[in-house]
Amino acid sequence: MRLLTHNMLSSNIKGVEKGFPLRIEAEKVVEKPVEMNADFLRKMFEKVEWKAFLEASRSMGYAQLPEEVDSGMLESDEFLSRFHHALLELHLEEGALVCPETGRRFPVNKGIPNMLLHEDEV
Amino acid sequence: MKLKQLEGLLGGLDQFPNPKVELEQYPTGPHIASRMLFTAENSFEDISNKVVADFGCGCGTLGVAAALLSAEHVLSIDIDPKSLEIASLNAEELEVDMDFIQSNVMDLRWRGQIVDTVIMNPPFGTRKKGADLDFLNVALKVASQAVYSLHKSSTREHVKRTALRDFNASNAEVLCELRYDLPKLYKFHKKKEVDIAVDLWRFVPGKHQS
Repeated sequence: MRLLTHNMLSSNIKGVEKGFPLRIEAEKVVEKPVEMNADFLRKMFEKVEWKAFLEASRSMGYAQLPEEVDSGMLESDEFLSRFHHALLELHLEEGALVCPETGRRFPVNKGIPNMLLHEDEV
Repeated sequence: MKLKQLEGLLGGLDQFPNPKVELEQYPTGPHIASRMLFTAENSFEDISNKVVADFGCGCGTLGVAAALLSAEHVLSIDIDPKSLEIASLNAEELEVDMDFIQSNVMDLRWRGQIVDTVIMNPPFGTRKKGADLDFLNVALKVASQAVYSLHKSSTREHVKRTALRDFNASNAEVLCELRYDLPKLYKFHKKKEVDIAVDLWRFVPGKHQS
């Protein structure tokens, strides 16, 4: 699972009000190189919630993203390549996503988060 | 990529070994899948460089097709772990990078408007009434640009009315009518092969409240 997917998911348990961002417990992270698309990154920059993304990247063991960002940074190739790497090349392979409000763990196996809810959570 | 080439690649994908009746697991054949994605890309530019989600992906055919047509990020969702296992092997086989989530499409909660395009071959709702429209309702909330979906031609007027009136779609258009060949998958199928007419739809979501 890429961090782009992580950035668009909330905890979906019934009654949870602030389900975003899901905390990441990383047991295994893999890197899969893909070609960089600067236009796509510029578009995503407007949509990604930076703080959640930053924390997620750190919990995946990647500490190269700046704390504060502004759109001027999109002119920098160095920033773009780091943003690209964290957004699209890092994959959570084994671990869990944890609901920030209830602590419920959604396991991630072979890169696939299991977000199925129990009957009393729907 | 040419249409024939896309269809050929999709033809090599694995499909459900033991389809589950209650989930209406019918495979999306390479003929339909390739035309659906080819049209979305070449007539509307809704695939390449986009974030594409496949709802009820089954063995992953539509998402793989989107990835082959240069979608930047593909997220495929299904409730059935066996399907996801096959789908992820299919992606590996064709060397495309895709994300998967195991979930009921109805239950996921989304943040922001990151998904551009939703592609789906929903359950037609013959076992669970209205299942296809439940999928469509969610898809029109999640997509910011377009939703491509298949629905039985016999329900055309109903689908159109519901999408525009109840799901806030700003446009609903049948792009073409296709024949869906269902091999005899289940015991309750009396004929050897059932050939039903389905519509390929393109819906445009209404303006979302942010």
